[in-house]
Amino acid sequence: MIDAAAPVIRLQDFSKQFGLVTAVDRISVDFKEGEFFALLGPSGCGKTTLLRMIAGFETPSAGRMFLGTDDVTDLRPNRRPVNLMFQSYALFPHMSVRGNVAYGLEMERLPRAEIRRRVDEVLEMAKLSELTDRKPDRLSGGQKQRVALARALVKRPRVLLLDEPLAALDKKLRQEMQLELKRLQHEVGITFVVVTHDQEEALVMADRIALMRAGRIEQLGDPKTLYEQPATRFVADFIGVANFFDGTVAEGGILAPPHGVLRGAVPGELSQGDSATLTVRPERIFLKTDKPSEADNAVRGEVIDLAYHGSDVSVHLSVANITRHLVVRLSGEETYRPGQSVWCCWNPAHARILA
Amino acid sequence: MRSRRLHALLLATPGLAWLVIFMIIPCLIVFFYSFFERGTYGGIDYVFTLGNFARALEPIYLTIFLDSARIAGIATVIALLLAYPAAYAITLAPPGRQSRYLLLVMLPFWSNYLIRTYAWIVLLNREGLINRGLGGLGVIDEPISLLYNEFAVIVGLIYNYLPFVILSIYASLQRLNPEIREASEDLGAPAWRTFLRVTLPLTLPGVAAGGVFMFVLSIGNFITPDLLGGGRVHMVGTLVYDQFLSARDWPFGAALSMTLIAIMLLLLFLQAVLVNRAQRDRGTAHA
Amino acid sequence: MPDRAGVHLAARVHLRLVYAFLYIPILVLMVLSLNRAGLPTAWTGFSLKWYGVLAESPAIVSAVRNTLVVAVSATVISSILGTLLAMGAERLNRSSTLDALLFAPMIIPDIVLAIALLSFFTLLNFTLGLHSIILSHVVFNIAFVCAIVRTRLRNFDHSIIEASDDLGAGRFTTFRRITLPVIFPGVLAGALLAFTLSIDEFIIAFFTAGPGESSTTLPMRIYAMIRFGVTPEINAMATIVMFVSFALVLLSQRIDRGSTQP
Repeated sequence: MIDAAAPVIRLQDFSKQFGLVTAVDRISVDFKEGEFFALLGPSGCGKTTLLRMIAGFETPSAGRMFLGTDDVTDLRPNRRPVNLMFQSYALFPHMSVRGNVAYGLEMERLPRAEIRRRVDEVLEMAKLSELTDRKPDRLSGGQKQRVALARALVKRPRVLLLDEPLAALDKKLRQEMQLELKRLQHEVGITFVVVTHDQEEALVMADRIALMRAGRIEQLGDPKTLYEQPATRFVADFIGVANFFDGTVAEGGILAPPHGVLRGAVPGELSQGDSATLTVRPERIFLKTDKPSEADNAVRGEVIDLAYHGSDVSVHLSVANITRHLVVRLSGEETYRPGQSVWCCWNPAHARILA
Repeated sequence: MRSRRLHALLLATPGLAWLVIFMIIPCLIVFFYSFFERGTYGGIDYVFTLGNFARALEPIYLTIFLDSARIAGIATVIALLLAYPAAYAITLAPPGRQSRYLLLVMLPFWSNYLIRTYAWIVLLNREGLINRGLGGLGVIDEPISLLYNEFAVIVGLIYNYLPFVILSIYASLQRLNPEIREASEDLGAPAWRTFLRVTLPLTLPGVAAGGVFMFVLSIGNFITPDLLGGGRVHMVGTLVYDQFLSARDWPFGAALSMTLIAIMLLLLFLQAVLVNRAQRDRGTAHA
Repeated sequence: MPDRAGVHLAARVHLRLVYAFLYIPILVLMVLSLNRAGLPTAWTGFSLKWYGVLAESPAIVSAVRNTLVVAVSATVISSILGTLLAMGAERLNRSSTLDALLFAPMIIPDIVLAIALLSFFTLLNFTLGLHSIILSHVVFNIAFVCAIVRTRLRNFDHSIIEASDDLGAGRFTTFRRITLPVIFPGVLAGALLAFTLSIDEFIIAFFTAGPGESSTTLPMRIYAMIRFGVTPEINAMATIVMFVSFALVLLSQRIDRGSTQP
């Protein structure tokens, strides 16, 4: 639905050097009008530096940033129609909730009545109407988070940047707030760019995800694409759980002794004899006690242990030529016991072969 | 980034300039004076000499240095022994009340030094409360001399600096993660071994800091030996005072001051080394 | 092996004794200041007459006035310079030279600073008086104000400055509306401490006051009185001075803490 929209922000060869370290390495990306975009990656991948450059707190070593058609690379943070929600929330400790939220509008020198109206409106939307006179130190973590969000949103920025917005919350609240953030974003229609290290958070909230590694974007796409069609082993490993078989490219699959040829679609850039990895998600594997059909890939494994998750069970198996255990996710009806020998099977269409 | 640094320097400049003009430069003047000869009428003769320092090592003055060090040392050791259990007791209080207890310790420290010293003249003199009390109990027949001797000076120094020593030990005790002590006891160490093997070594930087500061402040003290020593106890501080105001031998007074500063710097340096080493060894011990 | 509870009890009792050691001498002075007869040690009945004697002494009144002039001026100068210095120092990279410079006025023996300043002023042929005491007191006051404000700056979340910037405020607005209100309790606490130290300071004032009575401060007057012997007037004076110091320190603590942990 958003694909037709024009980019609200365009980054062109954005780079940042800190001394000898390249934190962000020639990143070019478009953020589209009204989308929920996630910058995902492990710590130290440069995602926060990238976000701070977009906000204007860091100056890029190279590259330009366009807002619509305007070059805003050299604009100071207080002049950019872009707002940041800080990881620590950065609420002003000496001001009430209302004072915090009104601050940004006061900087725009809007008439008092309008400030009041817009602050009330956003406080209501963030469910803070009861707390307007509280000081930040008397708010819970979730409330602080909503004040920080309200304070940034009230400015009606072209883009709202969120630095690990949920990291300070406990797990249950975090899951609630993921949906709440998505609802809010939908309601205000502003582009959200969120930085997170939590792949689950990105999958739940984002329309598009850029997975970063060592200052570069490893893969950019919607959550489904990243999960089901990871471009690299790093992506497959970072997002969700994945099983990997190492081998060499053979006719119609990879040769991974002692399992023989494991079938799968070989990408065009690989030719026979190249080393490659076959990856398959745990929920795509099923277990059989007797010899499986020829149509599926199958390897022999020995059950090591089972972890019960409530709705399903993950089974860890020891399989030859695999660095970690093979993980299989079952819906829970079948039972296996440690030490049992089984066949692990999957449809070749569900496997991906990566360089 | 460069503008940020410039901005910071701009903010700091007036204050730094004040310290340079009214502290560094005056101290440098004293430093240079210590290498000149005394003028005939108490002024300075700008003739280079090392005589002032040689004179500071003459027996009569060396004795004063050693006496000062001894008096300051005794006072410091007693203060440390009094302060450690007191600081420990404060850490036993509920967290909400600790700062109040500490404030009660520090309150006298921030008040008038002359008056705190004077209070001991009132208590220790021949007609004073302690002599009367002991006389009343029949412990003594004649009033005993408690004032104008080393004892009085030591009591005065302890009284004046004890709060500071307690503060510095408390600070290091309080930073100590209580689980470390519990871990030691859990591993079978009795309380006293936990104290000797875990608590004391980890709080040694605080003990060293408190001890060094108290020693430095004591050895260069003027008011306490002057008022409680009554002219009978000479310390470096009173000696410097005399050279500037009575003897009018500024170069010698300057040399004495520089020696005092040198001792101070040496001790602070040793203390910094100790703290650094402790931090390097036990970087993770503090919560 | 000593019982843990026993050790704790002993420590607590010891702490009470330390408090007694710290406060009994002061209390004795306070009680004796209310003593009717001129005897400094034996109780002869309640009287406030020694406080009256103080109030009528022109030398004391002038010393109090001088002390206030010195303390107020030194406090105002050092609060402004100390705060700016703290803000600058926190933004500069960690430097041990800078730390040492800011720490030196607190640890240098006051007799040494006193003779150094006297040498400095004499060398410049500077006329001594209340103004030279003020210049000198600012030296250690800056260090204390700066230390307190720095602690406060270190405890505050610098992202609130960026947040203000992000919300559209310029540098000056951010300082006026965010930085200053947040550090102000620290500045005030520092100023009160500086004021307390300044009204109590003796040696540096003594060396930099110059000859003559006109620039005698209260501690100088008290020193002269103590040298003279134990008298009930000093007890009364001591009581007042102690109460003023205690009140100022308590106020300073309250302001500084009240805003960090409400």
